[in-house]
Amino acid sequence: MSTTTHGPALSPAAQSIEQHWQALAARRRLYTIGGIAFMVLAMGGSLWFANASNAGKFFDRLPYFFDFVGQLTPRDGWEVWRALFDLPSPYDDGSLKYNYPEGRVYLTETLYLPEYFYKMLETINIALVATLIGFGLGFVLCFLAAANLTTRRWLRFFVRRFMEVLRAFPEIVIAGFFLAILSLGAVPAIIAVAIHTIGALGKMFFEVVENADMRPEEGLRAAGANWVERVWFAIVPQVMPNFLSYALLRLEINVRASTIIGAVGGGGIGETLRLSISQTHEAKTLAIVLLLFSTIVAVDQFSAWLRRRLVGDQAFEFGRGG
Amino acid sequence: MTHLDTAQTRELIARHPQVFAGSMRKRVTGWLVALGVVFYFVFAWSFFSIGQVVANANWNIAGAYLADWVSYEVRPDIEYRDDYLEVSFPRFSPLGENPDPDWLTRRSATVEIRAESGDAEAGATSGAGFLGSLPEANAKGGSGSFLGPVGNAAGSAAPAGDTPRAPTPQTRREEAVVEASVRFSPQSHIDVAPGVVSVTRGDETLVLDIAGGERVEPRGALPVWAFQREPGAKVIVRFGFAGRAEIEDDEVKIRRRFLGWENFFFDTRSPFWGLPAGEVARLVLFGERLNPQKSNAALAFDNFLNNADWQHGDVWLKLLQTIVMAFAGTVLATLIAFPLSFAAARNIYPSRAANFLFKRFFDFLRSVDMLIWALFFTRAFGPGPLAGISAIFFTDTGTFGKLYSEALENIDDKQREGVRSVGASPSSVQRYGVLPQVLPVFLSQSLYFWESNTRSATIIGAVGAGGIGLKLWEAMRTNSDWENVAYMVLLILLVVFVFDNISNTLRHRLMGTKNR
Repeated sequence: MSTTTHGPALSPAAQSIEQHWQALAARRRLYTIGGIAFMVLAMGGSLWFANASNAGKFFDRLPYFFDFVGQLTPRDGWEVWRALFDLPSPYDDGSLKYNYPEGRVYLTETLYLPEYFYKMLETINIALVATLIGFGLGFVLCFLAAANLTTRRWLRFFVRRFMEVLRAFPEIVIAGFFLAILSLGAVPAIIAVAIHTIGALGKMFFEVVENADMRPEEGLRAAGANWVERVWFAIVPQVMPNFLSYALLRLEINVRASTIIGAVGGGGIGETLRLSISQTHEAKTLAIVLLLFSTIVAVDQFSAWLRRRLVGDQAFEFGRGG
Repeated sequence: MTHLDTAQTRELIARHPQVFAGSMRKRVTGWLVALGVVFYFVFAWSFFSIGQVVANANWNIAGAYLADWVSYEVRPDIEYRDDYLEVSFPRFSPLGENPDPDWLTRRSATVEIRAESGDAEAGATSGAGFLGSLPEANAKGGSGSFLGPVGNAAGSAAPAGDTPRAPTPQTRREEAVVEASVRFSPQSHIDVAPGVVSVTRGDETLVLDIAGGERVEPRGALPVWAFQREPGAKVIVRFGFAGRAEIEDDEVKIRRRFLGWENFFFDTRSPFWGLPAGEVARLVLFGERLNPQKSNAALAFDNFLNNADWQHGDVWLKLLQTIVMAFAGTVLATLIAFPLSFAAARNIYPSRAANFLFKRFFDFLRSVDMLIWALFFTRAFGPGPLAGISAIFFTDTGTFGKLYSEALENIDDKQREGVRSVGASPSSVQRYGVLPQVLPVFLSQSLYFWESNTRSATIIGAVGAGGIGLKLWEAMRTNSDWENVAYMVLLILLVVFVFDNISNTLRHRLMGTKNR
């Protein structure tokens, strides 16, 4: 470029192009610098504000942070396993900290499920029930929201807005509302996660439906099939693998969501973890974190494997290539 | 196409059984899955004992809570005295002190008030609203206000040895309420007189006698909108959304419901409370200073921010914290994940061990849930947005690291080779051969997560990681501030909507695609 700026050989047309290009480049540079300056300012302001309005200040708390990490070290490595499998601890002094064998869930006389496994199972079941409910209702709603199946504009509009509201409404408020009515437990968590799932899956589903191949539907329409038959025999077989794949993706998200809802009163492992961290029960905390971590990894891996089997590597590029 | 008759169809099916029958597995799978789901639901029903939970739920309260989102109640009590009434409002009534709403009409008359047994009067001293308006004539105390001396007299009378209920009727003649009428709708109202309560809803009227000050006895059968648990007990009458009333043996509790958010701008202590908008504007712009220290505009703003019922200032501060948490967490995660993802990408950094280590590191950050990070950092930094920022930062570093390194592994290699073939330095190869391909993708992913983190920040706030989540949770736990919950939800929805749109617009700009 530097050679061209002083080149006398440029025709007037080329010069104007050159000038134009320089102007564009300068403006672009200005935008970049301005954007970066803006980001730096916004970031600095944000961090200052966060630090100022936090209970403990960052630099004051930093040394204690490592103390806290130290507090989370159990007395010996086996303690974590004892806590995880509800085995009696040699340090047992009758306090809550070492009462691992309490909370065993006996299946038979001698065979028991350790407490945290039971709680984890509860959380997974919350997620699973919520996903199934969300799948069922999202399945019903999505065909009403798809432009290629529902010609009534008002109905489509209404269903889409309805799903948007379900999706955007904070889960925690739904959970809190039902906790007030149903008292503490897993059911409010199920309702909260399920309501959010209906909205989230419904949206993904109707986008899949809108991308479906309409030729089978036309064939059935020509043979005189009614709306339900056309949807059931022409659209559903096409979209089902993708629906299932999205539902599995949702299941992963819902396991995490139900853990969080659990921590604010919805039962399951989240609540146990919150209590254990706040009471500084280091072995219990580590055991729960270990269990939660491996469960989430296992669910993610399982879901990824199943999704690959269902839709293959084309994954989510459904219906685009014709 | 020719039309097939039944025989031909059958013959066709017989000739190609595999087309029409399908395999056993195909036919049965659907049913098996459906059956499995049904069984699973039965299991879940018993596992969570859903039936019991739902049966024990208090669904009446649910209606009231839902109504609280958009309405408020005013709760006057009307107590029966011997032959007059006392109307009192709770101390923090949304109508302020000494309210005189137009839906509650009182008829006063001069009555003889017996003051022989101090306990009735002493009990009445709490109802300051009504008593404050009484004249200071006092048969017993002689001087001072009505409220003070009676209490003293009652207190001193007892140790003096008098039998408390000594029949020494000292009467005085005063103005007092003898009839009160509460209007619920043009056709529905409750008329209270000492000893008799008459409830009218539409064209039905229910008259209740308070027999001997102990039993509530309806005349005739109870209509469907009235409820009495046992004969003589209190009667609850419902007026739908307009409210309800409990008629007890010593008082009528009115619950009058109004649509709207009460005292949204100024609470009852504010000098601007209850003024129409035009009047407030006039005061702010031209009025005399209400408070010598401040201009009226500053006073109005201060009163608005510190509104005791709505706490606008605090809510907005907490909302800003939530926004800041999502923003700072996402930006920090982007900044850290960006260089690390280059080390994790197989085709950029050719050390298998480093790739593997970084990828597992990302998996670790991502799979230790945001909740766990939030709880950890809340313990470490104390409750507040720092914990939230750190939690989002840690989780999203993992997520971004994974997404970015996948994007890097999918780049078109030709550009990189081109830049390398002209002898560019390794950093220039990354800058001109790789970055232009992936930067829009990176930024788009970050923007997408910025928006979704605004939602997550609300939730993790409730476990103590700062922001509006905790405030929301506290408001819900009191079970009486559902209108504040509605207000905060509205603000959150607004913020999410705005950021959703900003993020979408920016992403479509970056990716060069049209809006959906």
